[in-house]
Amino acid sequence: MNLPPFQALLDEHRVDVFRFCVASAGPDEADDCFQETWIAALRAYPKLRRTDNLRAWLFRIAQNKAIDLHRGRSRRPVAVEALPESVSAPDERPSNGEPELWAEVRRLPTKQRTAVFCRSVLGMPYSELAQLLESSEDAARRNVFEGLKKLKEEWNP
Amino acid sequence: MTSKIESALREAADRLPDPPDPAGAVSALAERASAEGMLDVAYATVDSPLGPLMVAGTPRGLVRLSYSQFRDDEAVLSDLARRVSPRVLEAPARVDRVRRELDEYFEGHRTKFELPIDWTLTRGFTTEVLRATAAVGFGHTTTYSEVARTAGSPRAVRAAGNSLGSNPMPIVVPCHRVLRTGGGLGGYTGGLERKEFLLRLEGAII
Repeated sequence: MNLPPFQALLDEHRVDVFRFCVASAGPDEADDCFQETWIAALRAYPKLRRTDNLRAWLFRIAQNKAIDLHRGRSRRPVAVEALPESVSAPDERPSNGEPELWAEVRRLPTKQRTAVFCRSVLGMPYSELAQLLESSEDAARRNVFEGLKKLKEEWNP
Repeated sequence: MTSKIESALREAADRLPDPPDPAGAVSALAERASAEGMLDVAYATVDSPLGPLMVAGTPRGLVRLSYSQFRDDEAVLSDLARRVSPRVLEAPARVDRVRRELDEYFEGHRTKFELPIDWTLTRGFTTEVLRATAAVGFGHTTTYSEVARTAGSPRAVRAAGNSLGSNPMPIVVPCHRVLRTGGGLGGYTGGLERKEFLLRLEGAII
């Protein structure tokens, strides 16, 4: 069994992985989520026994890193902002494309959040999504459906 | 059928930011991989008068050098992933020494490569032939039969030719300095015009 050079995986999926990190870990944690995902993937890579599900494998790692970062953040004390003497600096981060929508996505349960992103944004087939979620295809389908239903209810542009 | 919320998600995804400065983020990853002992093969493309060269190194030294215009980089990297390790990352900073020595060589300031070599990709007789070749100095030439003799099998002239043809590190292991008995150029991976260029650069032919 021949694994492709790791760089090929990185080139093919880096943009999607980063977007997934923004959507599921939030813009402030996206950089860390991205780095941690790729380092963890690199660590495990040589021991992989299958090559037909690399994307599902990679996004499962990203999903778990996003959860770790989210947990870590809620435990960390939040730094007090600088004294409000000056006018606060404008947000320097590039546009996040509908931040409110992604905030709603982040409020979904983990599996629904991953399912909605991978299905609606990446167009992932249900068979692949089932591998990612370690569930049946029916369960993957339900996660997409439930997630989208909640978003429809919560999000009013 | 796509629902409204799905189109909204797709549109919003198109406007999500791109990964932080591609080169920066990727080299940070390569540096961290290296610090944790997980950068098994680092590679980069180096410009040269003979066209772009793909150079790859392991923590032990240079493991592969190929002419990008002659051999598809993707095929070379897949081969490295299979034969050395799949942990292959583009990491120009990790092949700085190779780049520097090659630059000096092509500028005529270097007559001997001093960078460490990783012989992982060669076996048995081929290793002997290439080591014998590595001992031939700048500006000098030898013959296929002489190299076969030094490698310990004087009659294996054709096999020596095949070994040179499979040289994983041309230029640095100077297989271009091996000619036919009688002065014919013989063959070269990368094309005869490159062999001629190198021999002329070294003043071995006019």
